[in-house]
Formats: sequence, C-alpha cells, structure tokens
Amino acid sequence: MEKTAVLDLLRQEFPREVKEAFSDLGDEIIIIEKESLLPIVKFLRGEPHRYDLLLDLTCVDYLGQEPRFEMVYHLYSLTKKRRLRIKTRLSEKELCIASLTELWKNANWLEREIYDLFGVHFESHPDLRRIFMYDGFEGYPLRKDYPLRKRQPRLRMRE
Amino acid sequence: MPEAKKRQPPAQFITTQFNSILGWARKFSLFHYPFVTACCGMEYMSAACAHFDIDRFGAGWTRFSPRQSDMLLVVGTVTQKLAPVLRTVYDQMTEPKWVVAFGTCAVSGGIYDNYAVVQGIDAIIPVDVYIPGCPPRPETVLDGLLKLQEKIQHQDQEWRWKRRRF
Repeated sequence: MEKTAVLDLLRQEFPREVKEAFSDLGDEIIIIEKESLLPIVKFLRGEPHRYDLLLDLTCVDYLGQEPRFEMVYHLYSLTKKRRLRIKTRLSEKELCIASLTELWKNANWLEREIYDLFGVHFESHPDLRRIFMYDGFEGYPLRKDYPLRKRQPRLRMRE
Repeated sequence: MPEAKKRQPPAQFITTQFNSILGWARKFSLFHYPFVTACCGMEYMSAACAHFDIDRFGAGWTRFSPRQSDMLLVVGTVTQKLAPVLRTVYDQMTEPKWVVAFGTCAVSGGIYDNYAVVQGIDAIIPVDVYIPGCPPRPETVLDGLLKLQEKIQHQDQEWRWKRRRF
C-alpha cells in the first residue's frame, strides 16, 4: 500500500506536470514534463519521502522518435529504502534541461558526462565542460547517429 | 720463463663477434617499464613477481622511469586520449629500446572497436613482440620475452645511434 503512496501524492501535487506514474518490478517510475523537473525533484527530496540520494543520471537516444532524447534520473531514499525513476523527453532542437547541481554535488560530473557524450546542455550548471573526450573531439559519440567506425586520433597514425 | 706463467690454464680468451656478444649482453639485462593501463596489469604482476619470476630471464628490474629502461611493456587498453602520453614515454626512452604489446587490447584494440580506443599500439609506436591473450597467461608472457631475447640476439646491434624514423 505504501508503495503507491508516493505516486498518489505526486498525482495530487502535480496533476498537470506528471504525465504518467506507475510501478514496475518494485520501482516507482514517473514521466514528467521537462520544465517541472526542479520543482518535482525538490518536492521529492523534502518531507515526507526524502529521496535524498541521486544514484544516477543518464540519457537515452531514441533516434527516429520525436522528442528524440530521454533523460533518466534515479533517486534513492536512504530512510525509506526505496528507489524512484524520473523520465523526461527532450527534443533535439531544444536540447537543454535544468541542472541538479544546486541539490546534489555529484550531479556536476554526471551532467558533464551527458554533456560530453550526448550534447545535452544543463542550465545554470557551474562548470559545463567536457569530462571524457579530449579537446578537438567533434560530435557526440554515444548518439545513435555517430558513425560506428569514425576515429578522431590525436596523433598522426603510422602507415 | 717464470714458473707462474707456465702453470696458467690454457683458455683465457674466447673469440666471438662483436654483434653476438653485444646481443648476448643486451638480451639478459632488460630493464622494463610497465605502461599498465588496464586489467592485463594483474597478469603482468603475476609474471613479474615470485610465482612466475621474470627475473629468471634477466628482465627482473622494473624501472619506473622511461629514461632508465629499454623494454617498454604496453599492458592494456590505450585510448585515443592517452595516445600522446604513450608516444612521449616511448620518445623519452634511450636507445636501444624494444616495445612489447601485452594483451589483445594493445595488439589490436581487442573487443573495443569504438571511437575511444587506439586499434593496436603499432599505430603510434613500432612494436617488436606481440603477446596475444585476454589477458595472456604468465607463461605466454614469458614465451614472448624469450622471443624478444631471440630477436635481440640476432638483430644487428647498432651502437652508433641514428635517428629512428617513424
């Protein structure tokens, strides 16, 4: 019973912003509008649910669908010992979303990773620069339309 | 003739070729520099420590400065980001020097056929011996070392260094 309580509460608090809310394999999943990410996350972080840990933050490229990209956030409540997944879609033309760095410090590097590999911009991120790839690397390697065998060597290759 | 000189044993010198004695000296005094980037490092440690004991073959000294070593062991995956570092390490080594590609990733890129990984370190530096395996067994490593020693013994021992061309 308690499991779906958070979903009911979210439906009550954010009737327009939460598009879908359901449970799957023991985890709660909500699909939201991207503008409402910050208020919803702030709400979840506070009482009574206290989702106080950002486990992971990643992006999925659904090439051919519109909107193309999907941001996925995994939250965990240390007191309630429960996970929650937040999904939201981003279109390719407007590839930016609010940054969670003001709430969680670890969001800083996670968002830099997504920026480096997918090209998603995070508004009000304090230090949005690449983290994995080297200077001069062009394109976003984890996008589905990045050529499979495209190489961008830093040195001139022999032979 | 004084007594002492008469009683000396017969052979006090051997004849050999300069090339072959220089090769013999070089192949048994390899100082290696481990450029360890990935999981193959575990097998390298196993081969280098007491169980398999690379020291039996005269390659016991690990030098953590490329300037003091003459065998470069590239152990593990080399990414495009790391490629200039490997090249600098190779350039810093003094002649004579040899390079061993240790494990499938260093040999050919292995399973990492993607944007990030150099497809074999021979695209950056010349390689003398390739040791396959993911990771190679320590016996394979020792076999590779013996192959390298054979190569050193039979190669032309340049001792006036010319500038190498890439």
